[in-house]
Amino acid sequence: MRRLLPLLTLLCLAFGPLPALSQSLEALIRQLPEGSFSDRAEVVAAIAATLDERAVGVLEALGEGDLHQRKADGAILKVTGRGSKARAFDPLTGEELGPVPARSTTAIKVNNALRRAVRSGIATLTLMHRDPTRRLAAANAAFQSADPDQLEALGAALAAEQDSSVAEALAQAQAAALLASDADPALRVEAIETVRARGGRDALAVLTPLRASEDPAIAEAAAAAVAEIERSQAMWARAQNVWFGLSLGSVLLLAAVGLGITFGVMGVINMAHGELIMLGAYTTFVTQELIRGHAPGLFDWSLAIAAPLAFLVAGGIGVAMERGIVRHLYGRPLETLLATWGVSLILQQTVRSVFGPTNREVGNPSWMSGAFQLGEMTVTLNRLTIILFALVVFAGLLVLLRRTPFGLRMRAVTQNRPMAAEMGIRTGWIDAMTFGLGAGVAGLAGVALSQIDNVSPNLGQSYIIDSFLVVVFGGAGNLWGTFAAAFSLGIVNKFLEPVAGAVLAKILVLVFIILFIQKRPRGLFPQRGRAVEA
Amino acid sequence: MVRKGLIDRRTGLFLVVLFAVIVLIPLGNLLLAPGTAGHVPGYLLPLLGKYLCFALLAVSLDLVWGYAGILSLGHGAFFALGGYAMGMHLMREIGDRGVYANPVLPDFMVFLSYEKLPWYWHGFDMFWFACLMVLFVPGLLAFVFGWFAFRSRVTGVYLSIITQALTYALMLAFYRNEMGLGGNNGLTDFRDVLGFSLSADSTRIALFVLSGLALAFGIILGRFITGSKFGMVLVGVRDAESRTRFLGYRVEHYKLFVFTVSAMLAGLAGALYVPQVGIINPGEFSPANSIEIVIWVALGGRGTLVGAALGALIVAAAKSWLTANFPEAWLFVLGAAFVLVTIFLPRGVIGLLDGLKPGGRHRHALPQAAPEPAE
Repeated sequence: MRRLLPLLTLLCLAFGPLPALSQSLEALIRQLPEGSFSDRAEVVAAIAATLDERAVGVLEALGEGDLHQRKADGAILKVTGRGSKARAFDPLTGEELGPVPARSTTAIKVNNALRRAVRSGIATLTLMHRDPTRRLAAANAAFQSADPDQLEALGAALAAEQDSSVAEALAQAQAAALLASDADPALRVEAIETVRARGGRDALAVLTPLRASEDPAIAEAAAAAVAEIERSQAMWARAQNVWFGLSLGSVLLLAAVGLGITFGVMGVINMAHGELIMLGAYTTFVTQELIRGHAPGLFDWSLAIAAPLAFLVAGGIGVAMERGIVRHLYGRPLETLLATWGVSLILQQTVRSVFGPTNREVGNPSWMSGAFQLGEMTVTLNRLTIILFALVVFAGLLVLLRRTPFGLRMRAVTQNRPMAAEMGIRTGWIDAMTFGLGAGVAGLAGVALSQIDNVSPNLGQSYIIDSFLVVVFGGAGNLWGTFAAAFSLGIVNKFLEPVAGAVLAKILVLVFIILFIQKRPRGLFPQRGRAVEA
Repeated sequence: MVRKGLIDRRTGLFLVVLFAVIVLIPLGNLLLAPGTAGHVPGYLLPLLGKYLCFALLAVSLDLVWGYAGILSLGHGAFFALGGYAMGMHLMREIGDRGVYANPVLPDFMVFLSYEKLPWYWHGFDMFWFACLMVLFVPGLLAFVFGWFAFRSRVTGVYLSIITQALTYALMLAFYRNEMGLGGNNGLTDFRDVLGFSLSADSTRIALFVLSGLALAFGIILGRFITGSKFGMVLVGVRDAESRTRFLGYRVEHYKLFVFTVSAMLAGLAGALYVPQVGIINPGEFSPANSIEIVIWVALGGRGTLVGAALGALIVAAAKSWLTANFPEAWLFVLGAAFVLVTIFLPRGVIGLLDGLKPGGRHRHALPQAAPEPAE
């Protein structure tokens, strides 16, 4: 209340004895048609000073010239439409009052000075709204319009403001309005600093024309501020690209890390890897359908339920593939490639026959939808979740490989099979489990991808080539290599996209990898030692 | 026979049957009245011609995979490039009979408001130039790609994956309208070739016969290459690359030569394919197509040339029949073929036939899977 006092005094000073201030909004509105334009401007200011939300509509109607006075009883109406289509509304409540007979009302005249008063009044009303978010929106709108007529309203609102973020926005709006006015150059140079601190495209729009100002001090300050903002804009654009790149990289990592195990560690080319991802996505779909049908309350948990199921489904198929097919083809990598390609065709067609060829709808749980603003860039929650999920899966795999007995046996078998067998490790069983692990991780990837990609039988095909390139680029047999390759390819891709376009960027990345493999046939982080050549 | 061993029994038999087919089928179309038994309807000719093109494509892949151990998962790219080269000539030959009646620019360029012909379209109005490009473009790509790949000793699975990436990148590139090659729709609406209407039965017969002759040429060329001393070195490279290198052979030169020849054969197959099917679009570059070629070769029997051709004919015919009658089943059959052939028929159909005869040639047809000795 203490901060409101200066405002009230200001208003009192402005409007003198003020019979208006004590009056109700209704009474004030009735005075609108009376007196000279300048008298009526005072009435408008008084209406604004009531801070009554309903007044916004009245002033807007006045500004548009829609406010009429009924000849019969002097009532004030809002009239829309012309001639026989004219209809009247209560200006305060918006309630419809029926058609208006021709010539039964007279429009309340407005001139430019009054329009200015109306704009200023509306600004006051919205800038002093009870709801801080509305006040913030009004302050931002005032910044964009940068109207010197609103200076007074802005100053008053700023003086009354208690919320610090709104106050900041108000100060910036005031500065913008000041820059558009012909105030003292020293003040305006100061205002430039305030606007620059805001940054962003809006500030750029306010400052750019000032570079051509006649006052050299202003022109210079504006030019410096514009350069500064453009620098920060460019930095945010880069940050946004990095973010998109991390997002793409996490998708690549998820898709490729399972392959990093089957191909990288075991040396088995699994061309059905993409289809295992696709099965993970369909597992999510089926889980969600069941939850929708039987326990809708669990929907927010659907992904948490689907993830282990997808791991089991894809992993189970992986184990079956290993036992049934891949096992017979060890040491013949090219034949393995063909046989697993055959499996991929069969899986694709099976899914197409069961679920149909069209895209299936997989929902986002509520906690994954939405976005928040980080500086100048938008961070969507589903992308953020997928990045975190990819990191968790990757970390889990590392722990499994490095810190568990199973991981120890797995590494023993891949490094020296006969010796591992001598030590009593059931190598065949380890092979099946390792392959199943890689396949299960593909299933997990499917759960994540179902949130951002179309779930169709072709889902897997779009990832298989990328995944292989990621693994090969990173260096087969090295999970950290896969990690580095996924994120670096993701980021490079996203930085090329604005320059070259999405498709050309992809082509360039492919060509780059092809050339890179020529130079370093074993990837970024090649394995060393005798095992490499065997 | 030109020289001993150029045409063995199996190849001879295949060629005799092939020649019989390219004589009898046109006769069946020309001499027998429609409706009588043995009449070959005109619409069937391009279909059969298409199979022969596929067979030639399979032979070209067998040359590199069966004899040099280079599993290319991007051979469809060479095929499609040859097809595009021919397609560009056929587009130019439409002339002012297109929808927009522009004497120089093909319809899609008028539609995309091109001002003039892109530079790489020049010369394609001449048939001989197009024919040269059919061989030159795929050959050049294979030469450049192979030059880098073989010199840096990219082998085995790694090579397969980057050939696949190559055809994938080309597919993405050709989908772009900015390539000036028809984008998504590719090149189509062809009218005639060398003044003969493409829808006339006589032109179809000519193309069919040409495809058959090209296939025969491909097989004989393949036999010539693989039967020579050069071919023996190739097999050495396939079975033990490091050992061959240590014996003093420049392994990469051998591979590069055979890879380039194979790409040119694939381009030739594509060039004969396009006028018969009447369209070429970026879908031909899709990695799935290239892998399908591999199954033709694997099913027929790799390292036999004739087997590859046979495999292509079997699979292509099965595909036509199944996709018409049981569209759902086709991928199941193809997938099962991949799995069963690799596990149970490592030497393909030809191996099966050879197995029936005692004393059939075993060693040469089957590349041994023994791990390469450590370098």
